[in-house]
Amino acid sequence: MLTLTDVRKTFNPGTINEKHALNSVSLDLDDGDFVTIIGGNGAGKSTTLNAVAGVWPIDSGSIIINGQNVVGLPEHKRAGFIGRVFQDPMTGTAATMEIQENLALAKRRGQARTLKWGITKKEREEYHELLKTLDLGLEDRMTSKVGLLSGGQRQALTLLMATLKKPDILLLDEHTAALDPKTAAKVLELSDKIIEENHLTAMMVTHNMAAAIKHGNRLVMMNNGVIIYDVKGEEKKHLTVDMLLEKFEEASGSKLENDRMLLSKADAERS
Amino acid sequence: MNCLSLLFGIFIERSLMMDILTRFANALPGNISQGLIWGVMAIGVFITYKILDFADLTVDGSFVTGGAVLAMLIRAGVPLPVAMLCSFLAGCLAGLVTGLLNTLLGIPGILAGILTQISLYSVNYAIMGMSNQVAVSVDQFPLFIASRRIAVSNGFPTVAWELAKIFLIVGAIIAALYWFFGTEQGFTIRATGSNPNMARAQSINTKKSTVIALILSNGLVGLSGGLLAQYSGNIDVNTGRGAIVIGLAAVIIGDVLGSAIMRGHFNFVARLAFTALGGIIYFVVLSVVMLTGVPGSFNKLFSAVIVAIFLAVPYIKSSIKTSFRRAARNSEKQTLSDSKKKGAEGDADVD
Repeated sequence: MLTLTDVRKTFNPGTINEKHALNSVSLDLDDGDFVTIIGGNGAGKSTTLNAVAGVWPIDSGSIIINGQNVVGLPEHKRAGFIGRVFQDPMTGTAATMEIQENLALAKRRGQARTLKWGITKKEREEYHELLKTLDLGLEDRMTSKVGLLSGGQRQALTLLMATLKKPDILLLDEHTAALDPKTAAKVLELSDKIIEENHLTAMMVTHNMAAAIKHGNRLVMMNNGVIIYDVKGEEKKHLTVDMLLEKFEEASGSKLENDRMLLSKADAERS
Repeated sequence: MNCLSLLFGIFIERSLMMDILTRFANALPGNISQGLIWGVMAIGVFITYKILDFADLTVDGSFVTGGAVLAMLIRAGVPLPVAMLCSFLAGCLAGLVTGLLNTLLGIPGILAGILTQISLYSVNYAIMGMSNQVAVSVDQFPLFIASRRIAVSNGFPTVAWELAKIFLIVGAIIAALYWFFGTEQGFTIRATGSNPNMARAQSINTKKSTVIALILSNGLVGLSGGLLAQYSGNIDVNTGRGAIVIGLAAVIIGDVLGSAIMRGHFNFVARLAFTALGGIIYFVVLSVVMLTGVPGSFNKLFSAVIVAIFLAVPYIKSSIKTSFRRAARNSEKQTLSDSKKKGAEGDADVD
């Protein structure tokens, strides 16, 4: 479904701020794979997702989605077969547009925009039913501006929008990091449900090691722009946070020094 | 002196007061039609400033371009509807240039607009046959509107009909925009203005929608310039100077008034209608100020002050509700009453 081969990206080449963000990243996802990506700050997790989404052109390598090499396609063209949810709840929705209008925009992802009505009566009914499944009461506020929603509500809506038209790849870029723990758990649960029901191929970046173990069928650990650990199936199911930390030291030759990840370890131990 | 006479009108001669009132009433139909014509231009500004979130300064140039194209075509014997269409298209072309400067060459929006605006100054001269003013007299050509026909002395039916024609044009434009911004294409422009990152993630080509919005906006501005050229019977290469500020004034007056009056029901049609109304209010208030004897050249200062005031209103309103000074006052009050309470309790303890 998705194959990354030797993907490289350097930001600000030739300047004092030069940063080798991706150093030969290769990854092969099967149809229906749900991979979680963990790693320290600057490991290249989000950069990998942005490379797939086409936020900027990569320096070298290939990205093949569903048999097509997409490296030459700009962001909006790739969006036709990629669904995305971002870390910042503000990024995924248009605040000054209505809930139903946001959904209508997502419904037409990948299609030519014509001079037909931007939203039809039939769609409204469809969205009403769809929003009910979120169980957030949004079905009664369909004409409200999205700017009035809470962060959690916006992320739930963005998830719905990203998958309204079934994407070949779903990219979740720390999409629960800005939410409080309870809402984060709810949005994660919803993500699981949507991915499973639609049999989606998904990549999820997270700082939370316990969540990375719990969700998905595959786990990838990154450091300094390369994948240092890749595990799936039974082996992944039996992982623990301590094992992950060990793996990190073993593979990178250094201790994990990332406050957010260590905090999430402490959380995991408490619970 | 005249200024004082209005302020203290009640204390001076009744006849002078009546005179000012009559002059105001006589000028009213003209002010309304001028306000509506500029209202068309303001609706164009609304598209970029409010919907696309792009401060487009092209309009100072494209407004005159529209007027110049109309005047020259009419003089060349081109039928009026064709000439008006061409004034729209000329504006579109100006918008296209700004759009390409911005999206293709990466020039920041404001600067892209300024560059087009400045170059249009020369282009407008060229269109007008290298002269700074071209006349299109209603005596020689069959014009759609003319200030002469809107003079009160022509009697109520004529004036009413002339005004109705302009209202009809504005109404038709609002209806067309209501349709367009309700379509899938229109949605892409709204999404681009609201959140370009989201728009791209929903497979919207934000560069394309930016260019389309600029084309549409400046088309309306050009059409408005064409209308003004007919109304005043000539077009001057300097007419566009500061036009953006008048357009902004109308947009902002309409926005502040509309959201105060309509509250929750301030929908898209209402917002466009209030923008046109903002144009009318601007010209009526301007005429009142001019009646007090302020020299005509002060109109630019007037428009700047109006825009500054109306832009400041929402800010001042919110800072009245929550300000550091207010917080300090509240805090002081609370500490005072707390210490009083404590004092009272203390007394009770002693007892």
